[in-house]
Amino acid sequence: MKRGFSILAIVTALLLSFALYEALIAAPTERTMGDVQRIFYYHVPSAWTAFVLFLINFVASVVFLIRRDTKADILALVTAEVGVVFCTVVLATGPIWARPVWGIWWTWDLRLTLTLVLWLIYVSYLVLRRFSASSQTPVLAAVLAIFGALDVPLVYFSIWFFRTQHPSPVIGGGGSLDPRMAHVLLINWAAFLCLAWLVCWTRYRLEVVEREVEEAQALESLLEDSR
Amino acid sequence: MVADGVVKQFGRFAALRGVSARFASRRLYVILGDNGAGKTTLLRTVAGLAQPTRGTISILGTTSVRSVCNQIGYMAHPSLLYDEMSGMENLRYFAGLYGIEEGGIANDRCREVIAAVKLDPELERPVGQYSQGMRQRMSLARALLNDPKLLLLDEPFSNVDSRSAQEMAVLLAQMRDRGKTLFVVTHQPALLEDIADEFVRMDAGKIVNRHAKLRVACQ
Amino acid sequence: MSFFGITRATLTKDVRLEWRSKDAINAMLFFSLLVVVIFSFSFDPTAEESRRIAGGLVWVAFLFAAIVALNQTWARELRNQVLDAYRVSPAPANALFLAKAFGNFIFVTVLEALMTPLFIVFYKLRALGPTWELLPIAALGTWALVVNGTFFAAISLRTRSREIMLPLLLFPISIPALLGMVNATTAILTGEGSARFWIALLVAYDVVFTIACLLLFETVLEAE
Repeated sequence: MKRGFSILAIVTALLLSFALYEALIAAPTERTMGDVQRIFYYHVPSAWTAFVLFLINFVASVVFLIRRDTKADILALVTAEVGVVFCTVVLATGPIWARPVWGIWWTWDLRLTLTLVLWLIYVSYLVLRRFSASSQTPVLAAVLAIFGALDVPLVYFSIWFFRTQHPSPVIGGGGSLDPRMAHVLLINWAAFLCLAWLVCWTRYRLEVVEREVEEAQALESLLEDSR
Repeated sequence: MVADGVVKQFGRFAALRGVSARFASRRLYVILGDNGAGKTTLLRTVAGLAQPTRGTISILGTTSVRSVCNQIGYMAHPSLLYDEMSGMENLRYFAGLYGIEEGGIANDRCREVIAAVKLDPELERPVGQYSQGMRQRMSLARALLNDPKLLLLDEPFSNVDSRSAQEMAVLLAQMRDRGKTLFVVTHQPALLEDIADEFVRMDAGKIVNRHAKLRVACQ
Repeated sequence: MSFFGITRATLTKDVRLEWRSKDAINAMLFFSLLVVVIFSFSFDPTAEESRRIAGGLVWVAFLFAAIVALNQTWARELRNQVLDAYRVSPAPANALFLAKAFGNFIFVTVLEALMTPLFIVFYKLRALGPTWELLPIAALGTWALVVNGTFFAAISLRTRSREIMLPLLLFPISIPALLGMVNATTAILTGEGSARFWIALLVAYDVVFTIACLLLFETVLEAE
């Protein structure tokens, strides 16, 4: 276990460094937008990583409802938290990119808007977990996660059609991608996925330990009173 | 009814800490103990309103409370009735939930249970305006609608005048004699001293003593 | 009694109780009126402009009114813990859910019926597209809000800060439905573009979430 974690940590560090070099230095400069465009290599892979994490959250939530396995619940919690962080990165890099290029802070770009809605849904998921006064919080959270996941395709299509009626700039450029840029994009995505995995793994272990402490405390008070 | 190693945890607080016991049918059991002893939690778990964190409860031969829920009657300190409706209106609605056919049959059944608890079926007053004693009795009537084999009563005598309380105690005895099994959680066990078959004392989430005599069970 | 018998009995009981304590209804009707007036003061467009934004305004106003109605869905069942009495009975959880959802649907529709003429008057609204299409849009949109609203109101029962949890959970998930309602209404009012896609989206939304609610309501009800 420990060794796997260390290996992942090293791989992540190496990949991230390499990806950083590729994105900021090795990748060709974009013709019209210049160096600002390099945010692209952070904006897009963050979004893809967030989507992957939320997909895992959905699967973990379904598994939890069926099997009531705590491990599934912890995985759902962890992926939601880290997913929200990556979403925040997308929402931050979007405007940073849009402002110098188009002069506006926000655009109802498909990816950006979808990420915003996902961010809202999963923040509400985390709020529910915090505000729940029930002993069955994992069940309620899993139900909400399923509702959120069911919503995603509907959000996608509604924004997609909305944009056909109200066209606005597309962040990330439409049309074909230079193969060298695609290459850098994928490297960055791989690096982010490793980073996400690393953070999730750490958070997972933290949560497991926290719950063990809670159970031990409960057990202790149980034994205390029977003495 | 058999409880086997039942543990119920609310976060860090364990309300039930390993309850294992057998209870025979056609008896009236009084469950007593201090506040926080776990009496209400146990009753709610038996009623199927709460799931045990660990352990099982089996009733009438099955661990699935849901499958025998139409043979269980539950009464708690809140009245479980709608304040804005009259007694008959309330009972007619709940009769429907238990599958009692609407119309004449339901009306008769409702009148029957209301009369059994010595209240007036024709009373139009909304339940919210009843005295506490009347409200508890109407709540008991609701619990009796489906003629349950198992009655779970949580603090039925609470804030009730002594005459009503004694009448209720007599009624409970009659039900036991008619073959029902009753579990009564109460802070006033003396009311049932000559009536109950067994007194079960709980403390800190466990059953610590059981005896047919109240005085012995309290030691 | 059959499943729909229980739904009907519960719905009848709720309507009867609402009718008896008319305070709640009257307060909500007045609140809806206030919302329309406030909006009219805040946005005072020309007749041409108003056709473009009225769709959004009207549905946001409906949303506010709906939240007030949805927040009290389970209020009567919480008092005296009546919900426990329902849960120990053999009655199916979904019969209760549908009764509450239908009740909310009727209630919110009444509020909408009150607010709409006021909006028409204040904004001098006149639809340039096929007006009859507004009815299915209103029905589908209202059901979208109400079905999830009733469900999330039940989830909120198990949380602190109940009244804020409901909108907090409902709004993000309702975004596609909201886009549908607003854009469909705007399309009809301005006569530009077709509302067909948005109506189809609303139908899909309603179907998906009605099924999800029916499948998961019992789980939520029993999650104490």
